[in-house]
Amino acid sequence: MKKSYKIEVDCANCARKMEEEANATPGVQEAVVNFMLLKMNVTFEEGADAKAVMRAVRDNCKRVEDDCEIYL
Amino acid sequence: MTSKQKKTLVRIVVASALTVALMILRPENRWLALGLYLIPYLIAGYDILRKAAKGIAHRQPFDECFLMAVATIGAFALGEYTEGAAVMIFYQIGELFQSYAVGKSRRSIAELMDIRPDVARRRLEDGTLKEVDPDEVEIGSEIVVNPGEKIPIDGEVLAGEARLDTAALTGESVPRTVRTGDTVPSGCICLDGVLRIRTTREFGESTASRILELVENASSRKSRSEAFISRFARVYTPAVCIGAAALAILPPVIRLLMGQPADWMDWIYRALTFLVISCPCALVISIPLSFFAGLGVASRHGVLIKGANYLETLAGTDTVVFDKTGTMTRGVFEVAGIHHSAVPDRYTLRVAAHAERHSTHPIAASIRAAYGEALDEAAIGEVRELPGRGVQADVDGKTVLVGSERLMQDRGIACVPCSHAGTVVHVAEEERYLGHILISDQLKPGAAEAVASLRGLGVRRIVMLTGDREESAREIADTLGVDELHSGLLPDGKVTEVERLLKDSRGALAFVGDGINDAPVLSRADVGIAMGGLGSDAAIEAADVVLMDDDPRKLATGIRLARKCMRIVKENIWFSIGVKLLCLALGALGLASMWLAIFADVGVMVLAVLNAVRILLDRGSKKETT
Repeated sequence: MKKSYKIEVDCANCARKMEEEANATPGVQEAVVNFMLLKMNVTFEEGADAKAVMRAVRDNCKRVEDDCEIYL
Repeated sequence: MTSKQKKTLVRIVVASALTVALMILRPENRWLALGLYLIPYLIAGYDILRKAAKGIAHRQPFDECFLMAVATIGAFALGEYTEGAAVMIFYQIGELFQSYAVGKSRRSIAELMDIRPDVARRRLEDGTLKEVDPDEVEIGSEIVVNPGEKIPIDGEVLAGEARLDTAALTGESVPRTVRTGDTVPSGCICLDGVLRIRTTREFGESTASRILELVENASSRKSRSEAFISRFARVYTPAVCIGAAALAILPPVIRLLMGQPADWMDWIYRALTFLVISCPCALVISIPLSFFAGLGVASRHGVLIKGANYLETLAGTDTVVFDKTGTMTRGVFEVAGIHHSAVPDRYTLRVAAHAERHSTHPIAASIRAAYGEALDEAAIGEVRELPGRGVQADVDGKTVLVGSERLMQDRGIACVPCSHAGTVVHVAEEERYLGHILISDQLKPGAAEAVASLRGLGVRRIVMLTGDREESAREIADTLGVDELHSGLLPDGKVTEVERLLKDSRGALAFVGDGINDAPVLSRADVGIAMGGLGSDAAIEAADVVLMDDDPRKLATGIRLARKCMRIVKENIWFSIGVKLLCLALGALGLASMWLAIFADVGVMVLAVLNAVRILLDRGSKKETT
């Protein structure tokens, strides 16, 4: 399953860090952050609950980059 | 500017003014000076300090805010108040510039791709118009487009005639005229005339939406350069921080052991300059920005590149292989000439057109099209199809034969063979040879020019593949000036041929086709390029790069833009890394002040960002715009 989320982040390196965190979150098969479009495209692992996974992704991202936001 | 940016700007201006004032006033008392300098420092950097504290709380020490906080607090501790405040101010200037530049290029690229319609004007059954969200319009609805408006949804013209500006889709500046019965793609602007359109697709499936989706996804497919920078950034910051710590501790300790004065202050200052240089932002921002701008500009020229990775490959093209039919030729048969006519050409054409009246063969259709006039049904008598030979018909009461050389030989009529490539149709009337009609696939305008520009770009090998016979393809190959011609190929033969060429090519191999029946070859090549994307979903699906209109010259445009973009990317990578490493070296030797370090950080980023958006100024070379 693939989904696209709108994100808010200030700098490119922070976007890169968000991508790393999202990829490290269980349930995420692949996450790609597009800084220019402020979008995060997430491919979930099979059977993963997208909503729960994305909440975890958001928490992880907030941990590395306080200012970021993911609109779920 | 957003309100957030304005607020930062005000803070920067106030903090800079105060710092400059303090630099002029030079407060004597050390503690007083510290107190006074802390005011602009905190105005400029309070949010940085707060973020740094949070970073430590979250055990994420290596972020830029933390580094800036350590470097500036360190400078204050060393008594370098001006530098402490200035570093913070410049850092904020850099951040502000970056966020402004990125926002600006986001918007200007969005403008380039401004094909998203806002409303659809739907015509209700009673004839009144209602403005609705294009998303809500069902297939088969009737919509009305006024002059100056964008066509919101793909459809067919029910009534009206207008010129369409397709520039946003194809980069083609000459308007296209549409009439009743024509299909129109969404995203075009209706220049004059009112069009009533029956929609044939939903909004989400329409050309404009699909192209936008494609362009947006394109920048999410990351290139090797982006992956490289990502990996680099991951190790760069920690490595520089460790370097800074080592620089602050090791040399003084060694000096102490050797019995020299430790010079703690000096080494700590050098370590702090290290920290200022350690932020990888210039690198990380400029690469995706360059690709984003490159993809945007290419699509403005009607070259849709489906990903930054394909742009990278396209730039390295050294072999171009193309299919003849539909790529370099129009793919439709037309009468190219009437030769050896014993009577006026027009007469021969009229006779042939009437004899072929009932044939559904494409050759017959092209003869009728060339004749152009309405056929006189009364003139046609008995018609007999001669399979594999042609047709025998009574036209104006005379027996007419239209067909191959064999037909003429069968009837003992002397005919003249044709020296040109194409299909030859001989015509005879009452046993008398009238001449032959040459029907061939016509070269697209600009096809030869396209090959020449590819060569001008340094493409090493240009190969043409075709399913046609050698004789008919040779003439076209020679006109175009390609290096190699492989004819008589079946579809799987094309795949084999491309595989063989792939082994030989040093760079990337691009295959160009019409995207309709060459999907396997498109996917086998390093870059698959399809022509005529406007109106062909198959082409858009199958290829990595889509040339929106049918113009083969766009191929060179695409490669040129890809190369320019890659050159900018490389410049940015080596410039940013180079300057940073140089400043690190100078900093370690004690030759770089914190001012230079700030340039290495903020200055490099500003320059890299400006360089990245340079491609937006590309107006195309003269050849391409004609």
